[in-house]
Amino acid sequence: MASETLIRVCMGPAGIAAGGKQVIEAFHAALVDAGVSAQVRERCSSHQVGCMGLCARDVLVEVHQGDVKTVYQYIKPDMVQRIVDEHLVAGKPITEWLVDEVYASFYRKQIKVVLADCGRIDPEDIDAYEAVKGYEAARECLTNRRPEEVIEEVKMSGLRGRGGAGFPTGLKWELGRKSRGDDKYIICNADEGDPGAFMDRAVIEGSPHAVIEGMIIGAFSMGARNGYVYIRAEYPLAVERLKKALDQARTRGYLGKGIFGSAFDFDIKIKLGAGAFVCGEETALIASIEGMRGMPRPKPPFPVNRGLWQKPTVINNVETFANIPAIIRNGCGWYAGFGTDKSKGTKVFALTGKIKNPGLIEVPMGITLREIIEEIGGGIESGRPFKAVQTGGPSGGCIPASMLDIAVDYESLAKVGSIVGSGGMIVLDADDCMVNVAKYFVQFTQSESCGKCVPCRVGTKRVLETLERITTGKGKEDDIERLEKLAGGIKAMSLCGLGQTAPNPVLSTLKYFRDEYEAHIRDKKCPAKVCKGLLTYSIDEATCKACGACLRACPSGAVSGEKKKPHRIDAAKCVRCGACFEVCKFGSVNRE
Amino acid sequence: MQKTLDNILSRYRESGGNVISLLQETQDAFGYVPREAVQFFSRELGIAASKFYGVATFYAQFRLRPVGKHKVTACCGTACHVRGAERIMSGIQRELHVTDEEDTTTDGQITVEKVACLGFCSFAPVVLVDGAVHGKTTTDAVIKEIKSLRKK
Repeated sequence: MASETLIRVCMGPAGIAAGGKQVIEAFHAALVDAGVSAQVRERCSSHQVGCMGLCARDVLVEVHQGDVKTVYQYIKPDMVQRIVDEHLVAGKPITEWLVDEVYASFYRKQIKVVLADCGRIDPEDIDAYEAVKGYEAARECLTNRRPEEVIEEVKMSGLRGRGGAGFPTGLKWELGRKSRGDDKYIICNADEGDPGAFMDRAVIEGSPHAVIEGMIIGAFSMGARNGYVYIRAEYPLAVERLKKALDQARTRGYLGKGIFGSAFDFDIKIKLGAGAFVCGEETALIASIEGMRGMPRPKPPFPVNRGLWQKPTVINNVETFANIPAIIRNGCGWYAGFGTDKSKGTKVFALTGKIKNPGLIEVPMGITLREIIEEIGGGIESGRPFKAVQTGGPSGGCIPASMLDIAVDYESLAKVGSIVGSGGMIVLDADDCMVNVAKYFVQFTQSESCGKCVPCRVGTKRVLETLERITTGKGKEDDIERLEKLAGGIKAMSLCGLGQTAPNPVLSTLKYFRDEYEAHIRDKKCPAKVCKGLLTYSIDEATCKACGACLRACPSGAVSGEKKKPHRIDAAKCVRCGACFEVCKFGSVNRE
Repeated sequence: MQKTLDNILSRYRESGGNVISLLQETQDAFGYVPREAVQFFSRELGIAASKFYGVATFYAQFRLRPVGKHKVTACCGTACHVRGAERIMSGIQRELHVTDEEDTTTDGQITVEKVACLGFCSFAPVVLVDGAVHGKTTTDAVIKEIKSLRKK
């Protein structure tokens, strides 16, 4: 073993959850254990890296020896010693722990621009970032280009805002540049409020310097001297890594006065969000940074003219900024080579739900949903039929199985009643009730509505009440019509994006899964057997072993029975919580 | 308490006055935003208490009641929802005799909270027990974990 050995341990959100930190510690300990690994130790280093993507197989461990890469899956701390002994010392990889074909198919259709360095470099080490050409793009812009040239490059790349709305980034920067005022601000929106999405978190945790570099370039382009990263307090590790990265950048002189020896001054502050989905809206986010309740205000004036502290302000999302360094380094033509006519480049998605290989993926715009779900995601985990995929979170919609061949880009998804959104992609199977999914999202938007405008505050409440009624068997014949009418009103009249898009989950499920609504309302049945109020429980006396598990689990005393005699459920006392169904080991509890 | 509040207040004055940061620091120090703290800030700064409460009740992060010694946080993001988060949450609540409103056990030991999304979606359903992530979990597993907390 003449070449160096490098061990990379996934410390993305899922890697940490699966015990990545303990695995790294185990490697450190095993490698220090001199008797075993004296020859290895000198040339071997183990690093934490950000999300490698295939979160379902965490903890993922890569062993690099020269050009040879070996990837292990599902690694636990107690497995580390054997890897060190057999692979590193004896030179024989442990074949039964290696990743399989799934790993290859997971990556085959992906193109990594934003995530290029996530999972490859130590996110807490600025040298590691610089070794992969980090800060070259910012240096090039600040020392060799005029702001207008940088803006032109970004415009030509076709990059559109990755936060959800898809506004052209170059154009936003140009408006910011043209807006009058000496004091301008640039803000990175890292308040990833969409439940079921963790793209921004993974990008900041995996490559925080790329976001900082993108902000420096943006600030230079529009002429901002102050920047903020508005980040969720629920992401403590992302905050910590970002703080470290900012300190490192400051020490190198990449932030502060006269960056890269130019005349340009710029610095970035971190502002912790306090948990409000509406703060993803630009004017609400600004109000929140100013220390007030995050309530949107009417636009115009737009933030590029009057934003933070009434000064011109440009707000971009984490992923948008993380695209910038690669675009500058490789040129706009390279970036525009990915994607479709109107949606250029790549997009990061958090692929989750009932999928075999959940994880973080980056794909070229225009890829079909089928490619994502079947080839990258490996299909449905349970083997049950695929039903729908939810994109865009509370502002998006559900796309049915019959439309799996549509392209994933801003225009195509909008056409079928959903949106690209920030990148949540939740796969649903036959066990999911679409009315319940719609209710879930409306519950969310209703409680997150800031309450300023009536259509959103009262409208979402009325929609939720209607859905509650439908899912508890009290649905009325005209409820579908009522929902459609309410939805139209909320969309048309709400002040900000939250309200304007809140009805989408309802409208899209009504469009493609109307029969499920009708089954709930007319037949008082939930076809997917999810909505509790519509289910009845009974015990199959033939198979009941009288173990008493359901009797103990029942919170309302509805189960009765003695030892060795089949138990019974008293329908009048049953609160339909499903506890008996869950605890029965013999499948003797029926759910209808 | 008074010394901590004085410190928070002086940092607030130095940094140009941001109500959210002030409340965040207060919560960091006490685990919640005590009424005495709001009264004190209101008096010292000449800002109506309602303004502080307006902000504190707007954002999900702030609590107005003391937090238990241990904290159980159930993720209710979409990925967790479709994998049964609601069932797990109601199971925990039933076990501990707490509700969404009365979220802390009467002995002040355990607080059960919901959170919109923790970002561990590929491990859904997820519950945090004192900050430790329990992925692909079940009601039983969480309850077992809670019982062992009580013994500590």
